[in-house]
Amino acid sequence: MPTARVTVQHADFDLAVEVAALRGDDPGVGAVATFIGTVRDRNDGVGVSSMELEHYPGMTERAIEAMIDEAMRRFEIRRARVIHRIGLLQPPDQIVLVAVTSAHRRAAFEACEFLMDYLKTQAPFWKKERTPAGVRWVDARSDDDAALARWGIAGRNAQPEPGPAA
Amino acid sequence: MRVSIRYFASVREALGPGESIEVESGATVGSVRSALIARDAAHAAALHRGRAVRSALDQLLCDESAAVGEGAEIGFFPPVTGG
Repeated sequence: MPTARVTVQHADFDLAVEVAALRGDDPGVGAVATFIGTVRDRNDGVGVSSMELEHYPGMTERAIEAMIDEAMRRFEIRRARVIHRIGLLQPPDQIVLVAVTSAHRRAAFEACEFLMDYLKTQAPFWKKERTPAGVRWVDARSDDDAALARWGIAGRNAQPEPGPAA
Repeated sequence: MRVSIRYFASVREALGPGESIEVESGATVGSVRSALIARDAAHAAALHRGRAVRSALDQLLCDESAAVGEGAEIGFFPPVTGG
């Protein structure tokens, strides 16, 4: 039986356990692609000792569910799983897991990258880093918007203002 | 009509987790942001239009032209940085 597709949690996750659960007893799986994002010890040239991750409960799960629906439409994949951690994390903790199964490798690779690109600019998470100079909110990156644009989706996350006021 | 406002990340640090406010019918997410900016200096500093603030209506990302209904939940927050 398939497990939940999206989980936001404080606890760490185990790649092997998650992959086994995602594959389940599906005999049509010929490829499993996974991505894990981890906490680096440096960002923008400054040492990072820890980070605090915050999210918008409810909206986050809903947004990522919609991303997985979109991945299912675009790619011939069988199942997908996203786990994102919140709370206090330190280098080299795991932050995020995206795992995808498919019959053939290309769909799994592409869907995994698509989900990660989508999540980076459209899922409501925020990181606050602790550095030697104090704490700072992490800035959004325009190259993450560019990564999503490659899939034909306008991210508009990092730009200064989204447009004229209503 | 009454709507509930939720703030996250740096906006939450400035204004708290959220508030419930009265808005005119026909309001949009942008007009609600303008009304909040007009409230006081703290709101103006956190939400002014020189600052990158993203919005969500009923937990879906939206732009400021989105029409607001009775009981809507509107989120204001900085650009997202997960993953």
